[in-house]
Amino acid sequence: MSDFGSMLFVFVLATFIGLGVIRRVSRLLYTPLMSLTNAISAIAVVGSIVVTGADHPLTIRILGAVALFASMTNIVSGFMITDRMLKMFKKQ
Amino acid sequence: MHLIGELSAVLATALFIFALYWMNDPKTARRGVIAGVVGMTVAVLATWIQPEIIHHGWIVGAIAAGFIVGVPLSRVPLTAVPQRTALSHAFGGLAAGLVGTAEYFLWRGGSATAEMTHFRMSALAAEVILGFLTFTGSLMAAGKLQEVRWIPQRPVTYPGQNVVNIGVLAIAVALGVAVALYPGAPWAPQAFLGIAALALIFGVLLIIPIGGADMPTVISILNAYAGLSAVAMGFVLDSKLLVTAGALDGSSGLILSIIMCRAMNRSFTNVLFGAFGKAQPALATGEQKEWKQETVEGAAQLLEQARSVVIIPGYGMAVAQAQHKVRELYDALTKRGITVKFAIHPVAGRMPGHMNVLLAEANIPYSALVEMDEINPEMPQTDVALVLGANDVVNPAARYNKGTPIYGMPIIDADKAKTVLAVKRSKNPGFAGIDNELYVQDNTWMLFGDAKAVLGELVKQFGGGGIH
Repeated sequence: MSDFGSMLFVFVLATFIGLGVIRRVSRLLYTPLMSLTNAISAIAVVGSIVVTGADHPLTIRILGAVALFASMTNIVSGFMITDRMLKMFKKQ
Repeated sequence: MHLIGELSAVLATALFIFALYWMNDPKTARRGVIAGVVGMTVAVLATWIQPEIIHHGWIVGAIAAGFIVGVPLSRVPLTAVPQRTALSHAFGGLAAGLVGTAEYFLWRGGSATAEMTHFRMSALAAEVILGFLTFTGSLMAAGKLQEVRWIPQRPVTYPGQNVVNIGVLAIAVALGVAVALYPGAPWAPQAFLGIAALALIFGVLLIIPIGGADMPTVISILNAYAGLSAVAMGFVLDSKLLVTAGALDGSSGLILSIIMCRAMNRSFTNVLFGAFGKAQPALATGEQKEWKQETVEGAAQLLEQARSVVIIPGYGMAVAQAQHKVRELYDALTKRGITVKFAIHPVAGRMPGHMNVLLAEANIPYSALVEMDEINPEMPQTDVALVLGANDVVNPAARYNKGTPIYGMPIIDADKAKTVLAVKRSKNPGFAGIDNELYVQDNTWMLFGDAKAVLGELVKQFGGGGIH
């Protein structure tokens, strides 16, 4: 149960940090903000790597590989399109 | 090895927080992307080098496939960014749902290392529900935004819809509770698959009654769900990094949802269960006023004689890809010493911040982009308000007409400008299906046609005007 407590603790603190930081984000940048947070939450990729790469039954690894592909797509397209949009704001 | 994992998770978390922190100013924002990429790379490598990972070929293959699909997805035209965003929420949800399913069957098969506590099983059920409903819901949203032919654009409603929707979700949650209480029961795997199937169905049902005007809010809410599904996955996998990153994503989605709801004067429940934009009974107005059409020449004259012009862009500008023509007009007017500002309504377009990005693409300085609350006090002194493919966000009926679904929604006070020029694609009402009385006001002149074509004609009147 201690593990439940500490995880919940992390969740609550992280949410407060998130609310505090996001509230200050420039209104101009809401669209890139969404693609950036989306890329960041694709950190779920670490879960997919373990499911795909460890010595598991084939069906499990297939599920993992599809999840890994989905997360990786988000990471690549999320960071790249965020940067592309931010470049447009920066050059002014 | 364990220490490396822990340290890299702390480093990645810190970098992610900095990434979002730097988004508070366009000048520092690009640093945020670098921080995010570094954090992600560290986390991926630290996971990959763990000794239990043996099937490297599989990982390389899936990552390569991710690049093959991801790179073109990052190069879509900026008008298609809302669909891409919805699609990425779908991918996020899919990953969470699939990993959750895999984790459960691993545990059933006896090859999971962690013990299946009631808590972990509840988190697993939540992960699968949130993940799969985000997957199909976001796919539907992306389809609506992309105007895929077999997905209806207009809200689809039927009697008892809310009962059906809530019923489907309630059964999924009830099954989730049952599985959390008895994860090892012989019926549990079937129940688990049932949860997944119901969540997939619920995602579709949730989005079909939602219309285009609500898309900014819905995308934000799906963003929050995608974040929460990552949090649930973090609980299942005992990963503080995942919980933190998911919470950052979730709180971002939450804040954007609140801002979007406020900008439409609606509540979450109202957006999700209110079926905005369904056919409204025609408002009984005593006399049917006529619009007054203006020629391009006349409009150009009006603009030329103005000292201050406020341009109010909406989805129509995005659809017509007119942002570069807007820039040319902006150049032509500012060269004549006319002050030009852009009034940005929070829900203009199809996702939060959509107009800002489109105008930035056309090199319009962001100092000229003004939020609704700041521009409204200036509207009565404005000589010309140029409404460009915006509709509901400038409809004065929102102020007083309780019969319209947009009643109470804060609007840009275009009607208070000395003269209003409205560019409109067709004579049909906007997404919300409401007549806009701004168009029949005494000081309003209409320019019918595609925003890009009309602006092109206007710019020609100024002798080419633009620098591009």
